[in-house]
Amino acid sequence: MTRTGPMIALLASLTILSLLLGPAGFGLPLPVILWQLRLPRTLLALLVGGGLGVSGAALQGALRNPLADPGLLGISGAAAFGAVIAFYWGLAAAFSPALPLAGLLGAGLGAAALLIFAGRAPTGPALILAGIGLSAAAAALLAFALALAPNPYALAELTFWLLGGVADRTLSDCALAAPPILLGAAILLRLGPGLDALTLGEETAATLGIPVSSTLRRAALGTALAAGAAAATAGGVGFVGLIVPNLLRSRHGERPGALLLPSLLAGAALLLAADILVRLAVLILPLNAEPPLGVLTALLGAPFLIVIARRLGR
Amino acid sequence: MISAANLSIRLDGRTILSGVDFSAGPGALTALAGPNGAGKSTLLKALCGILPGTIRPDPRRVAYLPQGAHAVWGLSVEEIVALGRIPHGDRARAPVARALALCGIAEFAATRIDRLSGGEARRAMLARVFATEPETMLLDEPTADLDPAAAFQIMRLLRETARAGRTIVVVLHALDLALRYADRLVVMDRGRIVADGAPLAALPAAASAFGLRFGRDDFPHLLPD
Repeated sequence: MTRTGPMIALLASLTILSLLLGPAGFGLPLPVILWQLRLPRTLLALLVGGGLGVSGAALQGALRNPLADPGLLGISGAAAFGAVIAFYWGLAAAFSPALPLAGLLGAGLGAAALLIFAGRAPTGPALILAGIGLSAAAAALLAFALALAPNPYALAELTFWLLGGVADRTLSDCALAAPPILLGAAILLRLGPGLDALTLGEETAATLGIPVSSTLRRAALGTALAAGAAAATAGGVGFVGLIVPNLLRSRHGERPGALLLPSLLAGAALLLAADILVRLAVLILPLNAEPPLGVLTALLGAPFLIVIARRLGR
Repeated sequence: MISAANLSIRLDGRTILSGVDFSAGPGALTALAGPNGAGKSTLLKALCGILPGTIRPDPRRVAYLPQGAHAVWGLSVEEIVALGRIPHGDRARAPVARALALCGIAEFAATRIDRLSGGEARRAMLARVFATEPETMLLDEPTADLDPAAAFQIMRLLRETARAGRTIVVVLHALDLALRYADRLVVMDRGRIVADGAPLAALPAAASAFGLRFGRDDFPHLLPD
């Protein structure tokens, strides 16, 4: 717990900074700016970042692979496809919660498909293969939906949404995202001993009294809830689940169970910091709009992967 | 005490074990020897219940060390050994410290397991089994990768632990280790038990299972110490 102290302090300062920082003016009264613009944005960044961080840590532990990521299992892709369908039929324009709801539905269907594909007693490789299959199917359907976009304006809107972000969200978006993300995180945070035992392989974990298939299934379910809801409300924010546990390993050690809570906190801090950077970028750089959050996380994530590759290669 | 009666295992259409009756009790170190593919590892896996159709014993009572055990992540030796407490659901430090000391790796407690030599890592894996403090240990090749001195040390530890009242079944490829340290030698060949008794008495059967032609005169240096 003492090790999470500094992280909680960092989160608190970022939260305050996030509430203070951002475009003002437009003649809006301060309480409106604070409660209706910045608070939802801040809350959603914390929820989405935390959900993606803990999902990444749990998946990397369950699949015993430092490159596992919620995107790998196709859950994010399925959520994005669900959301795009809502866009496509104009549901999102008619009824604004339709977008995250459709994303959640997509994530749920994706998770169900994943668990069916992986079989009754899933093993790590079966889950990865099923995830790659689901991912490919979701990406193909997404591209198909984009190709059928009714007009260029809709296509632009879809593409922008897919790039990911937490701007212009409402408190009701947060209320929709919070229950599945928190439930998913709660499921994943309880997997510690099972993930630790899996360090020794699936057979040895079984002899330590760990129900291996159910541990893997719960890791997939928790990820579907947390990362699926994150993708459903914030679009395609990538790399957070991949980077965060890898960043923490040098500090907290490599025991998977010891990385779950720190990854939740650090994921929340990372995404909130990235969203603050996005808001700063528009002030500092000659841009006429904020860069999409997903673009920034990918730009941060790519060099980071190269650093990992170089460390592994040494 | 651990046993299996009339155990037959077929995996992917191949018969690995056929009609094996095996039991081992406390007080004696039981060695399981035989050529590759004889079914030794399968028998151990069946005893700890990780093969389809076998019964999983209480994980606090029976601990298993697989062949070529390794860890995926760079856990510290102490973290690896503490995994042995998972069946008890506690983080008791005393059994972990005892296991580290018994296996002679206390000085590496804080070292990452992937920074150790093969033999040191093997002892860390064995210490994980000791940390569970089980009644029965099923150990598949715990002395592989160890230099002779370290192998003797581990075999001595296993014999003392068994004689102090634990049940230990150890798969060995090195017949000399079995002759020197085991109280009982069970020889397997092609899915059956072909000899079972005092190590010297079981030696001829072991030799023929391995396809060797020699008698006890060929092992003067291997007689029990």
